[in-house]
Amino acid sequence: MTDVSLASPPRADGKRGSDSHARRTGPGWYVKIVLMAAVNALGLYGVWTAVVVGSWGVAVFLALAVAAADWVYFSRRMLPAKYLYPGLVLLLAFQLFVMLYTAYVAFTNYGDGHNSTKADAVAAISAQNERRVEGSETFPLTVVERDGELGFAILRDGEVAVGDATAPLAPASGSDDGTQVTGVDGWTTLEFAELISRSAEITELRVPFSDDPAAGGLRTQDGSLGFVAAPVLVYDAAADTFTNTNTGVTYTPNDHGSFVSADGDQLTPGWRVGVGLENFTAIFTEDRLAGPFLQVLVWTFVFAGLSVITTFALGLFLAMVFNDPRVKGRKIYRSLLILPYAFPAFLATLVWRGMLNEKFGWVNEVLLGGAQIPWLTDPWLAKVSVLAVNLWLGFPYMFLVTTGALQSLPGDVLESARVDGASRWRAIRSITLPLLMVSTAPLLISAFAFNFNNFALIYMLTGGGPHFEGAPVLVGHTDILISMVYSVAFDSGVKQYGLASAVSLLIFVIVGLISWLGFRRTRTLEEL
Amino acid sequence: MRRSILTAATAVTATLALAACSGGEEPAAEESAAPELEGSLTVWVDETRIDIFTELAEEYSAERGIDMEVVQKASGDIRQEFVQQVPTGKGPDIVVGAHDWTGEFVTNGVVQPIELGDKASGFSDVSLAAFTYDGAVYGVPYAVENIALVRNDDLVSDTPDTFDDLVAQNDDTGADYPVIIQQGDEGDAYHLYPLQTSFGAPVFEQNADGSYSPDLALGGDAGDAFADYLGKLGDEGVLDPAIDGEKAKQLFLDGKTPYMVTGPWYASEFTGAGMNISVLPVPSAGGEPAEPFVGVQGAFVSAKSENALVANDFVTNFLGSTDVQLRLAEAGGRAPASIEAAGQVDDAIMQQFSDAAGSAPMPSIPEMGSVWQFWGVTEVELIQGKAKDPAKAWNTMVGNIQDAIAG
Repeated sequence: MTDVSLASPPRADGKRGSDSHARRTGPGWYVKIVLMAAVNALGLYGVWTAVVVGSWGVAVFLALAVAAADWVYFSRRMLPAKYLYPGLVLLLAFQLFVMLYTAYVAFTNYGDGHNSTKADAVAAISAQNERRVEGSETFPLTVVERDGELGFAILRDGEVAVGDATAPLAPASGSDDGTQVTGVDGWTTLEFAELISRSAEITELRVPFSDDPAAGGLRTQDGSLGFVAAPVLVYDAAADTFTNTNTGVTYTPNDHGSFVSADGDQLTPGWRVGVGLENFTAIFTEDRLAGPFLQVLVWTFVFAGLSVITTFALGLFLAMVFNDPRVKGRKIYRSLLILPYAFPAFLATLVWRGMLNEKFGWVNEVLLGGAQIPWLTDPWLAKVSVLAVNLWLGFPYMFLVTTGALQSLPGDVLESARVDGASRWRAIRSITLPLLMVSTAPLLISAFAFNFNNFALIYMLTGGGPHFEGAPVLVGHTDILISMVYSVAFDSGVKQYGLASAVSLLIFVIVGLISWLGFRRTRTLEEL
Repeated sequence: MRRSILTAATAVTATLALAACSGGEEPAAEESAAPELEGSLTVWVDETRIDIFTELAEEYSAERGIDMEVVQKASGDIRQEFVQQVPTGKGPDIVVGAHDWTGEFVTNGVVQPIELGDKASGFSDVSLAAFTYDGAVYGVPYAVENIALVRNDDLVSDTPDTFDDLVAQNDDTGADYPVIIQQGDEGDAYHLYPLQTSFGAPVFEQNADGSYSPDLALGGDAGDAFADYLGKLGDEGVLDPAIDGEKAKQLFLDGKTPYMVTGPWYASEFTGAGMNISVLPVPSAGGEPAEPFVGVQGAFVSAKSENALVANDFVTNFLGSTDVQLRLAEAGGRAPASIEAAGQVDDAIMQQFSDAAGSAPMPSIPEMGSVWQFWGVTEVELIQGKAKDPAKAWNTMVGNIQDAIAG
């Protein structure tokens, strides 16, 4: 994710400029031709496949990417682009696309109940509301064919009856085996294998049951069971409305992607439409969300800030201690300290969750001799536990980077400080720390951004709990923004991708802003 | 020189590209020939049922002459993926899963109603009610599961009729816990539901066809009484949020308790460990029958299936047949949904679980999502005694659920 441009580091042979790779016909040239051929072949294959399945966006993107690749690698001039191109393509495909799509979804009502297009919604409402006529019989049904037209034949009151899309069921002469029609004069009986190839036609066929259209139509879903069905809701394409045939109520589309009746009754499913800024304003104006949102926002900042400070402080302290040549066995200690870092974080979090269990946890049971301290279920202790576990998970990283930075500090500066009579503490404060900050400040900023979105830790350790008692949304004392979004937009049963995307965008803006401010500040540090 | 290299390069790439194109034409040609085959059915199943469904699909394929493709999807993703993929046309024809997906599938328009005709009477009422949404059936059930009271026969041999007596029985038995009902930090309303229904406080009103209406029924005096009772059980230490599923199972395996309220998923471990167990209905705590949620497994047909005819034939005529239901029961360790098949089951534990099932399927209506959110955590607060006035906390929860449902 970081610095994709480094994917192809510049070669150190210095052969550049007029002697560009593009023009040299050494072994490298042939390798390049083969590689580019493969890229082109793959790319064109991708374009072709995309066109076949009708994904025009993908096709255009791939075509442009392949063209750009040829241009970049066969041109003499585009030297920087030769290094940047792979990274840029991946960035566009995997980052920019995701971001743009998220941004797009944030302005729609995409989610449960608004899952697809209007055409799909109309089809689904029609299908769901075509019901078997109450009290009607079901019949063993035979699918028959005449001149390419399909028809259904059933035994009605023991008599063979046949009909097709236009002709209602009418008595006909034919044979039967007592329950099912086996043949109708003038019609061919279709075998199951033949039904398969005309599957859609058969399931869509409705044979009027009698001359009265209100009697409904005979239909089948599996080719062997016939039943009489009548639509409860009828779609009028010209007026774009649904009408209930029993009550006469009409449902008209509203601007939120649903058919609604005059008295507010809503049909499901609806479809996906743009809703402007509604998802964004909902976070601040909807009573159920606004209160917890502010509390969670504050805790998110506190959590991310304290996580960075505590891990950095401990990491730096240990780094300084183990940087002192007087400490024996430094290598062993250092290796041991890095262990938490080598552990998969969310596995470790789960283990901690078990260890901090109030009654059976190792911490209470063994360390504290059977005390029952509610580490994860008391609001304040849960916050402390979250920070402590994150400290355990995060300090090795800080230890590593500060160790590296400490070892690269120029020794002469410290020495001259000592010569000038500066105390140890003074030297650390005025020389070591500022110099250290130059190289570690960007890492601290990225650590802050990471912790701001540290979903796995919260979700695995406390699940956001303990829950705000009696709060109208299921959000808890240790929830950070991203885990709050998850519980509101996904865990609440009704998925709201629109809302989730809106909050994600908001988080993106906050983190982006803080990082930008942080990096500006770092630049002033570098001038020291 | 340079120009010629460029030309040569272009020529080479063009040739290779053309080769690639011609290579690419083969699958494309197959696709355009697809309408002739057209007898291909795609079924999505999760990892727990892939083996049996692969086997069944092969049989069906041989019988009907249709290509079957059984695709394994992760159990955690299958539901969401189905909702997302059906609109794009990339979804399967059939998805196999739990009945409580019905509401989400119907409100998203991704499944189609299934008319069972006379076959409907061959399935147990609760299994059909489970798949019924707004008056139409959307899935063909094949297995039924529910929790019940599992007894360690080595510790006790007779079980009282009421939950209070069951707790008191331990004064003689002297086990560490009178009964174990798993909870966890966020509660477990599912395992407490039999107690709740015994007070006459089901989550939603049930319609005549067994499906649920969105009118909440868990409040009122019955709900208050249940809330008080939970507080009492928490006080006495009968319920404990620190005991989650794993710990509950271990305590029962270790013989620390004579009873555990759990489902068939742990039963095989208990018998495997050589324990003598019986399965009984949960005794009533509030006077009315204690009904657990019944979960039903079954198959849905996609709203956009291009082979709806075969898909319907597969789910109704094939999966619905007694023989297939029996085999699915054997493979999954759950009682069959077909009444005839259930009568032929030769497994005492499965039979006992099935006898303990009531008439309350787990609600599948989308409103249930709002209930789950608040339900367990409120119960934990009651058990922990954090709520000074249990009835009041319960009513706050009912109000919150009501608000969440109203949006």
